[in-house]
Formats: sequence, C-alpha cells, structure tokens
Amino acid sequence: MTGETILAVEDLTMRFGGFVALDSVNAEVFEGERLGLIGPNGSGKTTMINCVSGALGNYSGTIRFRGRALGRLKPHQRTRLGIARSFQIPRPFRSQTVRENLAITIEYATGASGAERDDRAEAVLQSMGLGPRADAISAGLTQIEMRKLELARALAARPQLLISDEAMAGLSSNEVDELLEILFRLNEDGVTIIMIEHIMRAVMRFSQRIVVLDAGKKIADGEPDAVVADPAVERAYLGD
Amino acid sequence: MAGMTRFWIGAGAVVAIGLLLALTDIIANSFWFFAAYVVLQYVVLATAWNILGGYMGYVNFGSAGFFAIGAYTAIVLYNLIKAPLLVMIPLSGIVCGLMGLGMGYLTLRLRGVYFAIGTLALAVVLETLMVNWDYVGGATGAYVIRPRTIEPFGDYVKYLTFVMLVLAVIAVAAARWIERAKFGRGLHAIRDDELAAECAGIPTLRLKLIATTVSGFLMGVAGAPFPLYVGFVEPASAFNLAYAVNAIAMPMIGGTTMWAGPVIGALLLGTAQQIANVTISSELNLLIVGLVLVLFVTLAPEGIVGLFRKYFGRGR
Repeated sequence: MTGETILAVEDLTMRFGGFVALDSVNAEVFEGERLGLIGPNGSGKTTMINCVSGALGNYSGTIRFRGRALGRLKPHQRTRLGIARSFQIPRPFRSQTVRENLAITIEYATGASGAERDDRAEAVLQSMGLGPRADAISAGLTQIEMRKLELARALAARPQLLISDEAMAGLSSNEVDELLEILFRLNEDGVTIIMIEHIMRAVMRFSQRIVVLDAGKKIADGEPDAVVADPAVERAYLGD
Repeated sequence: MAGMTRFWIGAGAVVAIGLLLALTDIIANSFWFFAAYVVLQYVVLATAWNILGGYMGYVNFGSAGFFAIGAYTAIVLYNLIKAPLLVMIPLSGIVCGLMGLGMGYLTLRLRGVYFAIGTLALAVVLETLMVNWDYVGGATGAYVIRPRTIEPFGDYVKYLTFVMLVLAVIAVAAARWIERAKFGRGLHAIRDDELAAECAGIPTLRLKLIATTVSGFLMGVAGAPFPLYVGFVEPASAFNLAYAVNAIAMPMIGGTTMWAGPVIGALLLGTAQQIANVTISSELNLLIVGLVLVLFVTLAPEGIVGLFRKYFGRGR
C-alpha cells in the first residue's frame, strides 16, 4: 500500500459479558493511507477504535502502533505516541473556549507551552476555519463547528494516525465537503487517517481502501469499488 | 503578572491587618476572634473542597472525615509529645494528604454520585474507628489543654485565629495557583469530559490523585488547630455534619469555577452562621445553610461569581 504498516490489529476480540462485539479481527493500516472503516450499525466499528485509542482496555489480541504492542497503555499514553481520535458525539471541554480546548491538548499531548503552545493553537484554528470562533465557549458552537472542534482537538495532539469517528453525521452536503477537504489536506500533510462513516459518498471519495465489519467480524478489505461490489458487503447492508 | 501582584499585595494586607488586630487590643472582645476563627476555618475547608469538587467536578461528601482526622492527628501528637500547634498543622496535613491519596486509589474508579457516596462512606468508617480508639478518647472524647496565653499575642485564641488566617491565605493562594496552572486546566478538562480529556493526552488518573491529595492535605490542615480551639474533641463534634454540608454549600454559593467562589461563600455563610449563633440559635445554622443553598442552586447555579460575571461581564 502507501507505506509501511503504522497500525496492526491482530486477533482483536472484545466481549461485553456474553456479547462478542469484535471477533478475532485482523487489520492493517499503512503509513500515509486514507482508510475507510464501514459497517452496519452495531458492527463493531466504534468498539474497534475504542480499543485502538485505549478507551476500552480489556480486549484480547494485539494492537501494534509502528511495531510496538500497545498492551495496556492508557488513552493519554497512546495519544502521546501519535494516535488521536475524534468522537462520534462531540465531546468538547464545554466550559472552555475553542482556543482553550486546543491549548490544553497541545500542552498535555505534546508538552509545548507558552508562546509555542499559543502559536500551534492558532495554526490549528486557522487550518480548521475556526479562527473567528476561537474565543467562543465551546458549549455554544453549532453542529459543524463542534465537529470541526473535535477534529481540531485531535489534530492539536500532532497525530501520526487520526481516527475520525463519524465526523460528518448530521451535516449538510456542503458541510460534508468542507470536512472532507480538511481531511484531504491533513492527509497531504502526512497524517494517516482512518475514517469511520455512514455517508457512503464521503467514504467512496475519501478512502483509498475500505475495511468492512459486520457483527464483529471483518467481512471485506480492499479498494472501494471492489468492496462495494462484494456480495458479502451487500448482504451485510441489505440482508439476504 | 499584574493580577498576581495585586493578589499578593491583597493577601499581604489581609495578613498584616490580622496581625495588627491579634497583637493589639483594638478589638477587646475575644468573641470576635472566636467567630473569625470559625469563618477562616471554613475558608480553608471550602477552598480545599473546591479543588476536587469545583475544579474537577468530583463531589466529596466526606470533608468532615478529613477535617476530623486532621483534628485527631493533632490529638495523637498532643498525647504523644505535647506537640506545638505549628508541628500539628503540617503533620495533620500530611496524614490527611495521604488519606486523600488512598481515597483516590480506592474510589476514583467511581464517578458522579457513586464517588460521592464512597467519600461519605469513608467518613462514616473513620468516625467508627475513632469512636473505638481509646487512645484519642474513643466515644467519650479527649481533652486538650490550651495554653491561656502565648507571646506576643497574649490571648491564645488570638494566636489561633491569626494562624488560621495565614492558613486561609496559603490555601487560597494554592487554589489560585492551581486554577491557573497546567494542572488546573487539566482538572477543568476532566470536569468537562473525562474520556475526552484522557484522549487529549491528559493523564487523568495522576491528576485526580494529586487533586485528592492536595484537597485532603488542606482539609487536614483546617482540622489540626480544632482541638486547641475547642479544648475537647469527641467524634460527634469532629465529624459533625455541618463541616461536610458547609464545605459543599460555601463553594456552591460563592461559585465553584474560581478560587474566589469558596472564599466569598465561606465569608458570607460563615459570618451569617456566627451572627445567628449569638442572635437567634446555634441550632439554626444548618437551616440557614440549607435555605441559602436551595436559593442559589435554583436562582444562581453558578454562584455569586457567576452572577458577577453575568452582570458585569467579567471573565467570559
């Protein structure tokens, strides 16, 4: 693919009591790649990225980032290694301004402080088009601004791998295009991106490769055109 | 920088005025010192609670437990070596800081109401332990003989009040520093969304443990002079519900997002309680707290600081 393996998921299994949310999933993500991760509701997409980001720690199997097994590393340690994520439902630091949301992330994830922190926050604000809202309290943002803030905060951590979890849900067509442009630009800057999305237009346009999950199992992995033509994928979405 | 200078000039002025009043007979009636001591003690207690409850959003219902262990540590030191007050204070703080750290390890997997109940349970367990520990008086209580005078203050209560004033200034300065430091910003992020904070690179567990330790330390410090102030300590008085309720109510009334909130709340509510003590009835204290708390939670959930910001546009 594009480069060397940046993320490897080996035999990843996650159980919630008797329910198997992920069942021996294997997948790879390559350096600089734009990967689409899709599947019907409840297929295990968010569970998988919760395992990768460390939000869920009690999984079995191995997750390697640049060859290093992540083991029981906590989410903040994984963020510092270079794995950043956004959330399906935006989770801003609601009492803080947009700028403060970014500054605190830069401070803790990268160790930058003072003028360096402020300059980096300003750069992220501008690149995400959030400059005019920099000093607004994040609780008062619009939907698209919230989504942008989610991505901006992930970006503030200077990730090598960015996981975007349904960043476009609930947005208008123009807003989807706006976010896609941002993601394309980040990828051009060298950030590997996993995009979880239900909006197939966005997935098809953005992804170089697509992995499909269904009921906790990987059912397809390949180039977008081949994946959508796969009968197993069709069955997963439309039924027999 | 200007704000910091102003703060320290103000703090210095408060300490200087306190020292002047304690060293002279400008205020002849020692009741005022007794009353001021209680109000200042609540400034420390409310500020300590706010570091955990206000900045980080973890509600501690066990403040009375920390306060009491601070007092009982002082009694142990008194019984062991007749330790002076200035030895009791830091050691009580350390014991309660370690207790806070332990509480953090035991309860920080709990969130929201479960954490609050856990802290309440801790206070109940500690009270039971003290009731059954004869060395510190058990259920019947322990006497601590307070010196009648101390130089250069004269009346020992003046000295106690001045020491509590200095402790209050230290506690408020610490809270103010935390609020503005990277550590405090991390606590605010945890309060807003713990998982998002963790995924933003913030080591939430470490920050929570530091916060419980600092908060516990300050609560212990607030309790250390208590035996010398009252002269007789029993579990029912040291673990009194009033400490837990006031430690929560005062920051809520003053405002939990800023260091000034607990100070304002403690000064207003503490003073009102002291006035009610001598004019109406000491039994009315908690009723006053309850009524004012209901009023503020309903009409001004962000407290006096929030009202100030709303009407005068300060801050955001």
